[in-house]
Amino acid sequence: MALDLSRPIYMDYNATTPMDSRVLEAMMPYFTEKFGNAASRNHVYGWEAEEAVEKAREQVAKAIGADAKEIIFTSGATESDNIALKGAVEMYAEKGNHIVTMLTEHKAVLDTCRRLERDGKATVTYLAPKQDGLVDLEKLEAAITDKTIMVAIMMANNEIGVIQPMEQIGEICRKHNVLFFTDAVQAVGKVPVDVNAMKIDVLSISGHKVYGPKGIGALYVRRKNPRVKLAPVIDGGGHERGMRSGTLNVPGIVGLGKALELCIEEMPNEMKRLTYLRNKLKDGILSQLEEVYVNGSMESRLPGNLNMSFAYVEGEGLLMGLKGLAVSSGSACTSASLEPSHVLKALGVGDELAHSSIRYGLGRFTTEEEVDYAIQITVEAVNRLREMSPLYEMAKAGIDLKSVQWTHH
Amino acid sequence: MAYSAKVIDHYNNPRNVGSLDPKDDSVGTGLVGAPECGDVMKLQIKVNEETGVIEDAKFKTFGCGSAIASSSLATEMLKGKTIEEAAAIKNTAIVQELNLPPVKIHCSVLAEDAIKAAIEDFKKKQAAKRAKAQEALTNA
Repeated sequence: MALDLSRPIYMDYNATTPMDSRVLEAMMPYFTEKFGNAASRNHVYGWEAEEAVEKAREQVAKAIGADAKEIIFTSGATESDNIALKGAVEMYAEKGNHIVTMLTEHKAVLDTCRRLERDGKATVTYLAPKQDGLVDLEKLEAAITDKTIMVAIMMANNEIGVIQPMEQIGEICRKHNVLFFTDAVQAVGKVPVDVNAMKIDVLSISGHKVYGPKGIGALYVRRKNPRVKLAPVIDGGGHERGMRSGTLNVPGIVGLGKALELCIEEMPNEMKRLTYLRNKLKDGILSQLEEVYVNGSMESRLPGNLNMSFAYVEGEGLLMGLKGLAVSSGSACTSASLEPSHVLKALGVGDELAHSSIRYGLGRFTTEEEVDYAIQITVEAVNRLREMSPLYEMAKAGIDLKSVQWTHH
Repeated sequence: MAYSAKVIDHYNNPRNVGSLDPKDDSVGTGLVGAPECGDVMKLQIKVNEETGVIEDAKFKTFGCGSAIASSSLATEMLKGKTIEEAAAIKNTAIVQELNLPPVKIHCSVLAEDAIKAAIEDFKKKQAAKRAKAQEALTNA
């Protein structure tokens, strides 16, 4: 099949995913004829909406090995992360106020932690990862104090796709009687997740990362051993066990349920297919270009994610050369922020290589032809830009770039 | 971010990519920026030592599309100018010509810095050359 190059090929599945048409189909009736408020107990409109919500709750719970009663629906994972952290800090204030997290977390976790610190409500330890992006379990255990109430470590990283050792983290948390919260937005539906085997107490899910709609998310809150309680961030009618008030987004919830059901059905095949395509992309590029570095562990990683640094070329300039591809870069070359990706920095990737990084995210609709094309244009663009790069010229001439007196600006 | 048509044109068809011999006394080299900041420009001028007119200019840039375009345009502007005229080139001329958005103005500033650094280097070499000639004359 010939490639349609009228628009860039989408390879940014870690940013968002297109909605699966089967999901849209499941949602449609709930926008129109089945428009009821799931909280209306007195008529069929309310009943059918409630029934749909409860079915979706089952579907979401099944995707992570939970009980339906443990799922609450939110507007998305940012909200879920906020409830998990702020809700726990408020609810467990008597026990302590300390949170342990990592420097590689998503901004929804990091910025929430910063606010809790700023407001004087919590103290936070930010662990640096090992060079491959994985948590150092000894450091994690050592960071836990008798004031620690929660460990917040994401399951799979959004930039480098690295999957953390969930079982071991869960074990440590149980041992110290600390809640284990994980932002599992990138992992749920992509790789197996089991809240019991992994001893997870609180977990965030997003609809639009799993081929479902935007504007819907979920939060898993363990109901027994231990029974977790979170103070609400939004007050109102007491929906969702009082943890998240607000009229339920029925079509969104139906979409999230259906999307996760499909992900689970297709997971075994999809994991194999995406691992093959991702490795083909990696090997295709590495075999044709020198000085390309993979960021993050290749052993413990999401099947569809690849993050690479191309020495001597700048990421944003490279993105412009990859205009046939919709990918993203860890470089932010704007006057507002000259800071490259906080995740790559935390891994100890030098600033210059962090500025040279590209994230490829493959997913359900990625084809082998698209991967072949991505390899070809990446190699062409990097070669062209290296010919234009003073750093490449200097390195080729044997100059140690670290010994040069640069003019910082 | 959407780039202007002129930035895209310079990015796709950069003018005067390459290098001049940095040891040549008639060549001035400017190297500005830093890899950690995400942009480095090397800009070189070849000056007619009799007339002071820039006869050739080359660049190599590590950076975003706007940085590449700014240095590419700078080499075009330099050719045919005297070094005095070249020293008067302001980054605002580059901003205007390329329609750079506010977040990319630093790219044009870097290009202006590169021009100034190249002229400086050329002048330094000329001064050293004159000093050497003077010394040779005195010793003779």
